[in-house]
Amino acid sequence: MRSRQSYDGVAAAVPFTVPYARYSTHAAHWWLGRALAALIRESGIAKADIDGVCVSSFTLGPDTAVGLMQHLGMSPRWLDHIPMGGASGVVALRRAARAVQAGDAEVIACIAGDTNHVDSFRHTVSQFSRFAQDAVYPYGAGGPNASFALLTDHYMRQYGATREDFGKLCVAQRDNALRNPHALMKKPLTLAQYLDARPITDPIHLFDCVMPCAGAEGFLVMTEERARALKLPRVRIRSTIERHNAYPDDPIQFRGGWAMDRDALYEHAGLSPADVDFVETYDDYPVINMLQFEDLGFCAKGEAPAFVREHDFTIDGSFPFNTSGGQLSVGQAGAAGGYLGLVQALRQLTNVAGAMQVADARIGLVSGFGMINYDRGLCSGAALLERGTA
Amino acid sequence: MTDATPKPKRKNPVARTRLPTLPPASRSRAALGLARAAAEGRFEMQACADCGAVQYPPREVCGSCLSERLDWREVANGGALIATTTLRHSNDPYFRERLPWRVGTVKMDAGPSVVAHVHEDCHEAGRVRLALKLDRSGQAVLHALPAEDTPNMNDSPQLRETHCDPKHRRVLVTDGRSTLGRAMVKALLDAGASTVFIGDPATWKADAGFDAFVASDPRIEPVALDVTDTDSVDRLAASIGAKVEILINTADHLRDGGVMNARDVGLARDAFDVNVLGLMRLAQAFGPTMCFRAADGTHGAVAWVNLLSIHALAALPARGAWSASKAAALSAALTLRAEFGGAGIRVMNVFPGPIDDEWEQLTPPPKLAPSAVAAAVVRGLRDGVEDLYVGDVAEELRARLRDNQKAVERELGG
Repeated sequence: MRSRQSYDGVAAAVPFTVPYARYSTHAAHWWLGRALAALIRESGIAKADIDGVCVSSFTLGPDTAVGLMQHLGMSPRWLDHIPMGGASGVVALRRAARAVQAGDAEVIACIAGDTNHVDSFRHTVSQFSRFAQDAVYPYGAGGPNASFALLTDHYMRQYGATREDFGKLCVAQRDNALRNPHALMKKPLTLAQYLDARPITDPIHLFDCVMPCAGAEGFLVMTEERARALKLPRVRIRSTIERHNAYPDDPIQFRGGWAMDRDALYEHAGLSPADVDFVETYDDYPVINMLQFEDLGFCAKGEAPAFVREHDFTIDGSFPFNTSGGQLSVGQAGAAGGYLGLVQALRQLTNVAGAMQVADARIGLVSGFGMINYDRGLCSGAALLERGTA
Repeated sequence: MTDATPKPKRKNPVARTRLPTLPPASRSRAALGLARAAAEGRFEMQACADCGAVQYPPREVCGSCLSERLDWREVANGGALIATTTLRHSNDPYFRERLPWRVGTVKMDAGPSVVAHVHEDCHEAGRVRLALKLDRSGQAVLHALPAEDTPNMNDSPQLRETHCDPKHRRVLVTDGRSTLGRAMVKALLDAGASTVFIGDPATWKADAGFDAFVASDPRIEPVALDVTDTDSVDRLAASIGAKVEILINTADHLRDGGVMNARDVGLARDAFDVNVLGLMRLAQAFGPTMCFRAADGTHGAVAWVNLLSIHALAALPARGAWSASKAAALSAALTLRAEFGGAGIRVMNVFPGPIDDEWEQLTPPPKLAPSAVAAAVVRGLRDGVEDLYVGDVAEELRARLRDNQKAVERELGG
């Protein structure tokens, strides 16, 4: 196989979050428009100079990225629409980086956002995919809770994870979220509260579930020279991976595509898991965090429960993790949930994370996971990022 | 172990009658291949004609070799239950009314992993049998059942959503004086029906045998019913319409005679009056009330059964007028199925071969004992199928029709 080229000369910058709302009367276009406006404002780049756009959204229909461009009065020479849910952020980053490197665009705005009307979640879930419509939704219409309950049930049975293990992660994330002004969850969470919460879909209980909400996230990808000229704090991309429909013959999901590409990820970056200063995973359910710890090389398969027992996952802990609070405590704003970890990592590596800042963070790992099309999440991605030098 | 469903309590007359809700019904066209199998109680999955891969959910091409030559094939229904969950929350109104609800992942011996409804008697991480059942939307769904039958397993709340068991239900048999009608009544009583109304189309005609039959079980209630008389049908519906949970239309008018060589259309008109217009009169009089009562308590209105004939599908020229009436009745029954769909009431069409009664005197064997047809109907209700082919003649004709309809036309005409 040909060796992959580096991402030299490319910078990611201007992480921005449009503050989330539980429900919104606005359309997805409003949320995406606000994200784009913020990127322009924060970067000082003229609207017309943004010549590439990458969009992710579940609730933009009937529009796609194309319709959104007319809506927002943009004329980009490079446009992408990434319908990969929780993997959208990492995939947008790597697509945009290559486009900038190749000169197809100079400044690319990557935006993801969704609205949340009172009935939109049921609507999204019932029509999520053809396989979901044919073979999942008619079975109790539990939505992702039910699908992840099955994976969680299997994982607990197979590897001995306990609710206390999942709870420890959720409690740590809540601690982190209390430092995040954008988090929808504002109250502390104790392990006792976690364990006493009402069952939703056994073994999933209330605090294992993300809260659907409206919101948007965005960042810019451009050449390093451009970022330097604009005096924008920036982040270097050391390596990235993506994989879709990995291990289709596994009878139930106990690993994701990261396991296929992990070696390539670290090798390309010339880094190892020990070099990583903080980790932002896709945390739609705590069991998926455990899969990522294993599949991204922080511990062996089946050892995530022990790994969780050994570490402290708060911002100042031994394994700073989901430092924004993650979706479990910030909220899941549709496709923006797939950007949450990446945008937070860009904050950490550009020193704008405020109270959430991980001390001396130099290398961050972001991973994404998306699209439970039938019985398992199909898209996985990860990126190793490094603080840019002046 | 499943508890036997208790006899329903007397209804509180001032309580609001709960309206029917239905499980999610949207399916891709490929997925409707499951409905074809479930409608007859078969277990089939999509399989590739080229590489043999069995796949689920159904696709447009083979997920293994990309061939477009996909068949539906009976496959082994065994598997291992590798994960389960009990839903205590649902996004859908139908399931919200029925929580908690157990589902699971089954790794099939035939290959795929499937998400299925899981019977309460299935052991965690144990062996299961999968069955394709029609849900209240009439769509096929997979149910994981215990590897071996367990006591009262058909009474589990999940399975009760798929079938139309006559136990503790009140049934109207529209013609109870015919040989088949009487066998039907007997089978229903044996199956635990709480009341069987038996239609008497000829109350003026004394029949000591019929009277003795009526007196033989206190659950039998004879009622006057002439399906060719709209007033008669309406009167009966006004009287017992709100008590009928299953209607079995056994009324028939079987006479020999073709089309061209009949002197007039008198015979055909009589056959149509009973077999087609009779069905329509019954539907208009009883249908709306049944729809309203589809979610009435634990034993609401649940099924409408049409005793048709395999000759609804393949005309028997020696009985051409009658065959035409059965074909027309089938067509009307399909409309009725669509109309009952919104309430979740199952329309079961029964296609028997010749039945051993006085009207088939000259028909050579094999002929079906009326009790065998009745037993098949009860079994069909318990299994929740919607198309029921009864007996060797019916099964064989169906297979031949699938194989070469033109051959059937020529052979039946010969």
